[in-house]
Amino acid sequence: MEPKTKQMGKSEKQTTPTITGAEAVVKCLLEEGVRDIFGYPGGSIMPVYDALYDYLDKLNHILVRHEQGAIHAAQAYARVTGKAGVCIVTSGPGSTNLTTGLADAMMDSTPVVCISGQVAAGLLGTDAFQETDIIGISMPVTKWNTQVTKAEDIPAAIAKAFYIARSGRPGPVLVDITKNAQFGKLEFSYKPCTFIRSYRPHIEPDISAINQAAELINNAKKPYVLFGQGVILANAEEEFKRFIEKGDIPAAWTLLGLSALPTNHPLNVGMLGMHGNYGPNILTDECDVLIAVGMRFDDRVTGDVTRFARQAKVIHMEIDPAEINKNVKAEVAIPGSVKDTLPLLTERIKPANHSEWIHQFRELYKIEYEKVISKVLHPESKGITMPEVIHLLAEKTEGDAILVTDVGQHQMMGARYFRFNKTRSLVTSGGLGTMGFGLPAGLGAKIGCPDRTVITIVGDGGFQMTMQEMGTIFQTGAAVKIVIMNNNFLGMVRQWQELFFDKRYASTELINPDFIKLSEGFRIPATRVSERSNLSEAIDAMLAHPGPYLLEVIVEKEGNVFPMVPAGAAVSEIMLEPKKS
Amino acid sequence: MIQEFTITAFSENQIGLLNRITNLFTRRHLNIESLTVGESAIKGVHKFTIVVRTTREQVEKITKQIEKLVEVLKAFYLAEDEVIHQEIALYKVRTESLTQSNRFEAIMREHNARILELTPRYTVIEKTGHKEDTQKLFHELDQFGVLQFTRSGRIAVTRSNYEYLTAYLKEIEKLNEQNS
Repeated sequence: MEPKTKQMGKSEKQTTPTITGAEAVVKCLLEEGVRDIFGYPGGSIMPVYDALYDYLDKLNHILVRHEQGAIHAAQAYARVTGKAGVCIVTSGPGSTNLTTGLADAMMDSTPVVCISGQVAAGLLGTDAFQETDIIGISMPVTKWNTQVTKAEDIPAAIAKAFYIARSGRPGPVLVDITKNAQFGKLEFSYKPCTFIRSYRPHIEPDISAINQAAELINNAKKPYVLFGQGVILANAEEEFKRFIEKGDIPAAWTLLGLSALPTNHPLNVGMLGMHGNYGPNILTDECDVLIAVGMRFDDRVTGDVTRFARQAKVIHMEIDPAEINKNVKAEVAIPGSVKDTLPLLTERIKPANHSEWIHQFRELYKIEYEKVISKVLHPESKGITMPEVIHLLAEKTEGDAILVTDVGQHQMMGARYFRFNKTRSLVTSGGLGTMGFGLPAGLGAKIGCPDRTVITIVGDGGFQMTMQEMGTIFQTGAAVKIVIMNNNFLGMVRQWQELFFDKRYASTELINPDFIKLSEGFRIPATRVSERSNLSEAIDAMLAHPGPYLLEVIVEKEGNVFPMVPAGAAVSEIMLEPKKS
Repeated sequence: MIQEFTITAFSENQIGLLNRITNLFTRRHLNIESLTVGESAIKGVHKFTIVVRTTREQVEKITKQIEKLVEVLKAFYLAEDEVIHQEIALYKVRTESLTQSNRFEAIMREHNARILELTPRYTVIEKTGHKEDTQKLFHELDQFGVLQFTRSGRIAVTRSNYEYLTAYLKEIEKLNEQNS
């Protein structure tokens, strides 16, 4: 008599091989086209790591030094490639360490798929070792999250996760998988998710709204475009360019919209908002029709929102209906992907010439150049300024590099003074303003675009928040060029203290470690520059070096970022220099 | 102007969704006056009825954010005059104190209340109505000593003929067929 198990094995159903849930996780990632993942192993995710061990030729796993580093790297990877970034972590501290990155990705609409291990289903709710309610914790900072407790549910959950992360307004998602589900068996088959009945990422363009918008634009004397990351996320850079060119409409960018339109495009008038350019802010209060394309009117862009562009009729083109009328009332709302709506609008607008209006931007730029830009690019003082460094970096890379920033003064200077020829070339933490983002993001950007030059600029404060990722950079050999702008201060906070808190520098001065020794400790070559005369050569050496490299530039201790719209002021109240007291 | 709104949301039955919805109120520092959740007329679709006192502007924003949640099928808000709504209240009173009163029957008639259970020790009374009505009865009964009192969240139907969800579900079923 044959054993019973063998009899069962004879059944026809056995055509699909049975694998573990852990292996299914890996196979799902491969099915979704994932090639690089950022992660950190631990108890509750060990089965997945064990399965991964057999697939290392197909999946490149980057072992970070802290889970926050994993998610920031995954975010940057997503931002430069347009694919979803992926990270894998363990339960408890592994997953809670993701939260800052989740919040950051949520704010900046970055598609990231996070897979976290969880204690076995039977232990849920018992305060088991490394058990955390990561579903509860991550709820407000994820677009969607789910917990999987059975192996057979893994493929559908991961398929759904990728679909939600990438579609509509992208965002971070988290799939929490209990350890028993990773050990459990399933018959593996994968079907990508393309439809969820309660979720409608695609919005049909509203033709009557588009007609209305076209009429407003065709009758406008001073039309003005504000564009954001929506243009990049929709891959609509060409559609956008055709639209502004046909309408001859000056266009200003939000921080996250930067690089969607080349810096040298004649209709690119500069940056909006708190540290944006003079003309774009002043003329917000003078345009007659304001066309917002893929942006959400963040308070750093609008200043006092009750006094923002009140004279203008606002057209808001935006993929997320919840953003429409949230901050600024729209005269005409055009929900939907700008990839779909922009061409329909372009068809309907008349070719126009607004050279006089555009000239107003140029005139204001001249004032800004004289009062601000020339002074920081050609300073009379001995100290090196941040804009000098960034300007040189831009010149030497000819606008082709990817710029990654941390948060603070250098970030604003980077946005103001770097040059961009290609889209998806700025990676920065915009909405959340996460210090410590820059270094791991530099790593992620380089992994995503190994053939491009990636420069991470970071302050001395932010660098020390995630500097352990120097270890990851060394281990992977990712040729990230790290530039620390060292002013021995938390510069942006100090600037506010100077301007608004009577120069009371409470807890902003840093007594720093020796960054060169630190870098050398991580076995990454490093140079320090404190004299202007050595700067150019040092940058050349950094760019010529084949591997990762750290350049510390000692910059002016108390440099300020100007222009500036003080918090709570209207954008037209932008200051070119500090008020004389 | 701050006024009362009833938000109705239809959703898939997903663990944690209630949490996601209440989070949206928490972050705006808005108090939920009443909340009722249960299966709707459509199998598998859950219905949330949320009462909130706020401005029209706020309720519009929050409703959009509810609808944005992946598992929410549809969400809308209605002002006081656009809905017919009721709450149910249960009162447990000592039977002895009721039988000693000559007002009891009159109170029950006036308030259109009914007795659910009567035992020698206690009587359970039920009343349906608006919050003010159930509250009024509470005060009347309290002279006899209310042992227990509980009130449900609001349930509501719209005054308009249009059934938001049915039309919506038909539309997405069509889309689903096109997709598969």
